[in-house]
Amino acid sequence: MNANEIVITTNKLNQHIDPQLHIWGWEVPVYLFFGGLAAGILIITALAIIYDKEKELPYSYNKLALFAPIGLTLGMIALFFDLEYKLHVFRFYTTFQVTSPMSWGSWILQLFYPASILVILGTIKKGWPWIYEKIKNIPMMEKIILFSERNLKTIAYISIPIGVSLGIYTGILLSAYVARPFWNSSILGPIFLVSGLSTALALVLILTKDKHEQHFISKVDLGVIITEITLIALFIIGMQTGSAIKIESIGMILGGAFTTKFWIFFVGIGLFTPMVLEILELKGKAVPKMLPASLVLFGGLIFRFIMVSAGQVSTWVNY
Amino acid sequence: MKILKKRYAMVIDTRSCIGCGDCVVACKTENKVPEGLCRDWVVQEISGTFPNLEMEHRSERCNHCENPPCVSSCPTGASYILDMTNITLVDEDKCTGCKACVASCPYDARFIMPEGYISKCTFCHHRLEEGLLPACVSTCPTICMYFGNLNNPFSKVSRLLRARKWKVLKPEAGTKPMVYYLV
Repeated sequence: MNANEIVITTNKLNQHIDPQLHIWGWEVPVYLFFGGLAAGILIITALAIIYDKEKELPYSYNKLALFAPIGLTLGMIALFFDLEYKLHVFRFYTTFQVTSPMSWGSWILQLFYPASILVILGTIKKGWPWIYEKIKNIPMMEKIILFSERNLKTIAYISIPIGVSLGIYTGILLSAYVARPFWNSSILGPIFLVSGLSTALALVLILTKDKHEQHFISKVDLGVIITEITLIALFIIGMQTGSAIKIESIGMILGGAFTTKFWIFFVGIGLFTPMVLEILELKGKAVPKMLPASLVLFGGLIFRFIMVSAGQVSTWVNY
Repeated sequence: MKILKKRYAMVIDTRSCIGCGDCVVACKTENKVPEGLCRDWVVQEISGTFPNLEMEHRSERCNHCENPPCVSSCPTGASYILDMTNITLVDEDKCTGCKACVASCPYDARFIMPEGYISKCTFCHHRLEEGLLPACVSTCPTICMYFGNLNNPFSKVSRLLRARKWKVLKPEAGTKPMVYYLV
């Protein structure tokens, strides 16, 4: 005998809401990717400065920071595309809403710019001398550069919480919605932070020419990838042992519509393969340095795409 | 203060509702909802195994929750609670169309207007101010919809909820919805 059947019909068909929520397209995952990348960059540079690793990590120390505001700006452009009422974008900055993660995020972004720019200016003479030549004649610039150089460590110390907040925020942005069970897990904060850090380390691997730095960053990235795999496992365990609606939503990656994308493209190609390649590299095998780093960047991007789309599919509404 | 606050609730008798959709038409007319969008809608739920079937009609809308996630998630304060009530509204002048509130609503009650701001049921607060009932309630031909203040123990809605068995939608989402269904 068939189980009790329920048939539900409705006239509701609001665009982007029904039959399945689709309010966030490519813009939000791209923003989350660049946000995480920028956060990771600032954290890496700040740590290199705090621990005086200029000789060991010349690229991370002197040059990398330039990509933090550039990355964030690319992300914010994507975010701007997502706004439905673009003329009102200034409304984010006429208020602070303490209960809204997005409000926290928009103000963290405004702290991020001055912090990262001061870090860049503090290392610009060695890192980007041609830019220094171009900007040194701007009034006050010499003074600001001098200030940044003198207080570089203090700025680095301040940058750490700003970078960490931005990284965590890109996850909390999604996790704060009770209405979307697939997102509704606080561990998304640490996952997005660690994933952002991993993509930033991958960027260093691609850009630096220093052999010692490559080797060291590879080692750190390996640790970060293993941490990320652990956090992903905890995310799945947490959902699978949760209430009915969470079990149903995590089913999307455990046999459901997002299973292949999640396990093959993200876990397989974006996490596991670079982890194995980096282990081989550290053991002295010849691995093209671009390969694991590109895979990590690909994994970070695809992870955000999968999360943003799967979360919108998971719902309380059954029609 | 607590007594002065109005806890507006809508009570809908699913045993009298025939799913005619007049509430939907009344709302679209009253609030000039653009074509293809709706602030309220009718759900028909048939359950059981033939021949033992049961049918329920529900007129659904924003639940004007007492713990509204759409208000707490709004980054600009555009989503707000009308003073001394539980009516949640959108100030279109502050709305950026970021869609945080849309994502945060467990009932998917919000939608995007062609102009870009977010909209939804307002409990027809502009009619309440004139002493009128919400358009959907006042038009219902089977008189299965009731509206009133739950802080008044003598209001029709308070009395109905005392006398009849009722349910709310997805109470486990923790939003304390204020649209009740008599079953």
